[in-house]
Amino acid sequence: MNLAAATNENLAHISNVLIYSSMAVYLLAFFAHMAEWLFGSRSKVGRTAAALTQQKDSATATPGTVKVQVKGKNGGTTTLERPAVVTRAVAGARDVPDGPGASGGDEQGDLYGRIAVSLTVLAFLVEASGVLTRALSVQRAPWGNMYEFNITFSTVAVAVYLGFMLAKKNIGWLGLPLVTTVLLDLGLAVTVLYTASDQLVPALHSYWLYIHVSTAIFCGAVFYVGAVATLLYLFRDAYESKLASGGQPGKFATSVMERLPAAASLDKFSYRVNAAVFPLWTFTIIAGAIWAGDAWGRYWGWDPKETWSFITWVAYACYLHARATAGWKGRKAAYLALIAFGCWLFNYYGVNIFVTGKHSYAGV
Amino acid sequence: MSTTESGKTSTASEASDADAVTGDELGAAGSHLSTAPEEDREDRGPNLPRLGVIGWVRWFWRQLTSMRVALILLFLLSLGAIPGSLIPQSGVDEMKVQTFKDAHTTLAPVYDKLGLFHVYSSVWFSAIYILLFISLIGCIVPRTWQFVGQLRGRAPGAPKRFTHLPASVTWRTDTEPEQVRAAALALLKKRRFRAHVAGDAVASEKGYLREAGNLIFHVALIVLLVSFAWGQLFKSEGGKLMVEGDGGFSNALPMYDDFKSGSLFDSDTDLTPFSFQLDKFVGTYERTGPNKATPRTYRADVTYSVGADGKAQKTAIEVNKPLEIDGTKVYLNGHGYAPTVTVRDGRGKIVSRQAVPLLPIDSNVTSTGAIKVMDGYRDKSGKKEQLGFNAFFVPTFAGSGKGNMFSQFPALDYPVLAVSAYHGSLGVDSGIPQNVYQLDTSNMKKFKDSKGELLKERLRPGETMKLPNGAGSITFDKDIKQWASFQITHQPGTGWALTGALAAIAGLAASLFIQRRRVWVRAAPGADGVTVVEMGGLGRSESSKVAEELGELAAHLHEQAPSAADPRPAVPAEGAEK
Ligand code: HEM
Repeated sequence: MNLAAATNENLAHISNVLIYSSMAVYLLAFFAHMAEWLFGSRSKVGRTAAALTQQKDSATATPGTVKVQVKGKNGGTTTLERPAVVTRAVAGARDVPDGPGASGGDEQGDLYGRIAVSLTVLAFLVEASGVLTRALSVQRAPWGNMYEFNITFSTVAVAVYLGFMLAKKNIGWLGLPLVTTVLLDLGLAVTVLYTASDQLVPALHSYWLYIHVSTAIFCGAVFYVGAVATLLYLFRDAYESKLASGGQPGKFATSVMERLPAAASLDKFSYRVNAAVFPLWTFTIIAGAIWAGDAWGRYWGWDPKETWSFITWVAYACYLHARATAGWKGRKAAYLALIAFGCWLFNYYGVNIFVTGKHSYAGV
Repeated sequence: MSTTESGKTSTASEASDADAVTGDELGAAGSHLSTAPEEDREDRGPNLPRLGVIGWVRWFWRQLTSMRVALILLFLLSLGAIPGSLIPQSGVDEMKVQTFKDAHTTLAPVYDKLGLFHVYSSVWFSAIYILLFISLIGCIVPRTWQFVGQLRGRAPGAPKRFTHLPASVTWRTDTEPEQVRAAALALLKKRRFRAHVAGDAVASEKGYLREAGNLIFHVALIVLLVSFAWGQLFKSEGGKLMVEGDGGFSNALPMYDDFKSGSLFDSDTDLTPFSFQLDKFVGTYERTGPNKATPRTYRADVTYSVGADGKAQKTAIEVNKPLEIDGTKVYLNGHGYAPTVTVRDGRGKIVSRQAVPLLPIDSNVTSTGAIKVMDGYRDKSGKKEQLGFNAFFVPTFAGSGKGNMFSQFPALDYPVLAVSAYHGSLGVDSGIPQNVYQLDTSNMKKFKDSKGELLKERLRPGETMKLPNGAGSITFDKDIKQWASFQITHQPGTGWALTGALAAIAGLAASLFIQRRRVWVRAAPGADGVTVVEMGGLGRSESSKVAEELGELAAHLHEQAPSAADPRPAVPAEGAEK
């Protein structure tokens, strides 16, 4: 018994060291990202303005055929001809190409960008091991208190980001904001929220813990990615509007905004991400209700945490409705998405810290 | 599929949102690509209400069932839910509400008027969600009919000019138009498009499940709400405290310590017949470390039987594991100690031996309560009298001389029972309901000790406190029992609520992940007699990949109708736009 306790304490200690190490590596990744942005600013990109002024005569790809390389069954490749698809922008929408990314095509910037991503991968691995050893030290899922919740949350957020990278999605713009947030999140975790590793109180003993909390954390991480995209969309959209109406944005704004994806791409990305995870969020709430039914004898009791999950859910439903309602697309819907994420954040931090309810196991 | 890339698409303009394209430019081809109400067109606010009462009602109904109002109501619903999470709610914690009212004497009456202490049952909150659900029904019914109509109908014919579509392809081929159309029809049908030939073109549509999913989702929301309301109306909920080894509880109204029920509940027919008794309660606590004394397990070992005289079965009830019998659930929701005390009269005759449940007042189970001897006791002169003892119990005593006696640990490490003694009338016959955990000493006299003060003593298990002048004694027996309290609830309709919830998720997923889109293929002889093939795609959903899908379809069709050996690039039949 005592021996086990000692190993557990050892593991908990190792976990702490790993978390601190990951913070150091994230910090390096942060600097690398900064360097990427800095060197990237050397390149002169002005494609947005060019595209916006050229839009009048948007000669889309010439109809005809394109040659497509196809892998044959026996390994060789053959070249096929196939007709080219001509696409047409929605009436009134801007036809703007995506920016080149933080490095702006600058070679050195690109090198730093790659270093930043590699460092992020490393930091992620270290942090994930930190979470894992923590879980081993307490011999349960590492979601018993706010500290554990935070370290898991940032790990999952980074995993989502790296997942998009692996899927070859245009997600480089997320790098700097993500690493910054993760550093803040971990900083908060190790200073304010730290709780020594320990067992769960009986009310938390349930397999619903695994189901409900893991999906909640995952949803949060994806909502976070969606919210960053929405925020950048708002900036980029303002920038594009200004250009389109003949304005001249400041030098710094130009330098940064030029390198982001087009507003339309960011908007579409954030919608897809939010919409994709909304059913899972619905499931999370239902799983929570089932658990509450087992643990507290009622499925729904308007406990502050439940209430805020509900508010978050309705806010995202609002957002989805807004997207389907003509007058609310674009910026207005984006504000709703940000409000919805604000609700999620409040549910996560605010309710645990400011409001007391049955969920206040948070251990702050 | 043999291709790795689905045709070239000019990147940024992957038109996703066809709403702006539909309507005017495309005419019928773009119509009814969803069942979403087309409002915003009918922005006829000020000039409508000239139609008298019926006109007004209609106008109101149309407003209520519009997407815009649904959006506003949804927003209000989430806004309205906020105060309930910040202001104490009487349904959750009555005590907190009282504290709040005492602390805010000016604000509290205003809050009270606004129903802010019971937000979720307040008039205004109910108004919001009732309006929302009326709106929802008013939205679902017409959309369902519309959808059924769409299922019966066929995809609308091809638009005149494909270049107005978000994605289009064209090429010239030597294959005959009829053959191209037949190949296209077969291809689209194989891909489970609903396709038919209309004039010189094939019209097809796919992804109806999106609408179906959307309707299912919204219907499921109604099912969810109705079953929740049903559950509230018929629900019953009561509490029962049981000491280890006590006689059993059988599920009938008089057996409950407290009982609440919904307004349509009928106690004669709606209580599931079963009985159970507490054999043993087990609580373990963290022994060391910073979280010392935090509870680790709570378990109640019980014996229960179902029906009037069912077979006795043993089971354990834990915090997350209620006992479920025919939809009635028995939850473990509290525990404490019940020290056994024996009271003797002056001649040494036992007048009472009982395990007295005491109420915990802190997390280390420092407990208080009252020991009452109602009858059977006679004083020295043989007069009937009642005895009462105030009891204060700690499972782990820190040692004397440490000021107030508070428990240091929740387990029975060093139990001490402090009692003080009274005699006289307990006041139980006065008809006023009495708190079993409190002693009403208004009609009682203190037993005095040698100094003339209230007789009180701290007892260890097995020790006895003598009452003065041979009035008898009270013994703290070695046998300390535990009690557990149970909440017994029955809420019908939860199965339906769960079904609704799961259907909602499934419908939602279908409605968000499936794309509804149309593909047209026109094959007609061009000016020079060579067949011109045009393909166009239109999707309504935001995440449509119309262009990619069209490219792939085009590639397949192209295999069967290869480009004519014409060096110059094909030109769409009616000339490219701009
Ligand atoms: C109880 C409140 C409601 C909730 C939680 C809710 C939720 C949702 C959600 C999450 C979606 C997204 C699914 C999608 O985009 O396909 C949606 C779509 C939709 N909702 Fe609701 N809804 C509610 C009430 C209503 C009402 C009252 C109406 C009618 C006025 C309505 C009409 C629609 C329509 C037409 C769509 C489809 C939009 C599209 O096709 O893109 N909803 N709803």
